[in-house]
Amino acid sequence: MIWQQLQSLAGSYPLALRGLGMTVALSLISLVLGTLLGFGLGILRTGGNRLISAAIGAWVDLIRGTPFLVQIFLIFFILPELGIELDAFTAGIIALTNLAACFICEIVAAGIRSVPTGQVEAALASGLSRWQRMRQVVLPQAMRIVLPPLVGQYVLLIKDSSVVSAIGLTDLTRVGWLVVQRVPNGLLVFFLVGLGYFIVCYPLIMLARRLEQRIGAAHGEVQL
Amino acid sequence: MLENFSFRTIVEYLPLFGQGLVTTVWLSLISFAGALAVGILLAAMNLQRGWLFRVPAKAYIDAVRATPLLAQLYFLYFGLPRLGFVLPELVVGILALSLNSGAYVAEIIRAGILSIPRGQVEAGVASGMTYVQRMRLVILPQAFKVTIPPLLGQAIVLVKDSALLSLISVAELTRAGQLLASDRFMPAEGFITIAAFYLLLYYCLKGLAALSGRWLGLQPARSST
Repeated sequence: MIWQQLQSLAGSYPLALRGLGMTVALSLISLVLGTLLGFGLGILRTGGNRLISAAIGAWVDLIRGTPFLVQIFLIFFILPELGIELDAFTAGIIALTNLAACFICEIVAAGIRSVPTGQVEAALASGLSRWQRMRQVVLPQAMRIVLPPLVGQYVLLIKDSSVVSAIGLTDLTRVGWLVVQRVPNGLLVFFLVGLGYFIVCYPLIMLARRLEQRIGAAHGEVQL
Repeated sequence: MLENFSFRTIVEYLPLFGQGLVTTVWLSLISFAGALAVGILLAAMNLQRGWLFRVPAKAYIDAVRATPLLAQLYFLYFGLPRLGFVLPELVVGILALSLNSGAYVAEIIRAGILSIPRGQVEAGVASGMTYVQRMRLVILPQAFKVTIPPLLGQAIVLVKDSALLSLISVAELTRAGQLLASDRFMPAEGFITIAAFYLLLYYCLKGLAALSGRWLGLQPARSST
């Protein structure tokens, strides 16, 4: 019986590959877009303009305060009512990018705020332009604080990409759901689905941990 | 544009939303209690010197943290009946949320206990305290303080995660929004309303986290959501 199931599972491997491809595509595209947007927002958030900073803060709170599933439904069902036609894939990308950007914005803002003001003043005194100060003085130092939670955020993003299966995208989780209708062994099917995510996410979790330790050590903190 | 946004329909469906909100609140409360139990157990196992308890605890925590909640939920939903446990969706949902959040709670508790300076333990030893006394009288009271704000952060995550239970048709808040969206073809009314309710819960918990930080005399906590 288990042998039959395994055979049947092996038969659905093209579907599994497609699902894996979808999960990777969703995660990668929104990871890149979300990082770019998140850094931009983070820099604006810590910039001088109070109004812009408050607006970004309010938006971030809105996104942090609602479930991702509800955000996907809002984007997928309501943007068309506003006259913006979009398919499930685009909706998924928009939702994931927005989510990632909001969290990365806060991570980057915290990193920038951690850079001592003396550094900025020294850069000012050296006659560096605004852009030069950010790129050559502030961001390189902020990156030490930013990097570990940023990698952690990527793990969350990959995991959250499973939620887009709710609007009918055939990602890895959705494939599991489809296969389990034919092969009635939920334990085995979703163990394999979980394994797919684990292989990608676990090394990233380890990386985040290592980065955290290295930074702790660089600051002379005692590692317990 | 949304010129025919119907507040009347929202009012008409308000009892349904109310029920959904209440369900979300109490199932989150039960799941959080479950997560605390799982988390304390895992943290205790993880802090042992011997590998017998530590290794399984670590493996469990890593497995949970490296896989999506939705896959875990389906694992239980489709897997438990196969093991002979045919449970209502709501119970499966609470179980999944508890087991998932428990792994994160365990890490919070472990970090809290490890944040207590070594000197405190040594002072306890020097005063002739036993292991249990040191834990109960010296370490835990101090660790408790540090863990409250991140635990409330985890509670926020749990409430938001509970929305996924709508996908195994548990009648909670998100399900109420889906019903309005599909019954009346009014997704805007349905989903904007439930988003507002979730925000309400979010700001309550966030306020509580800020207050607890002040009461406990901690730095204003960066919420871990």
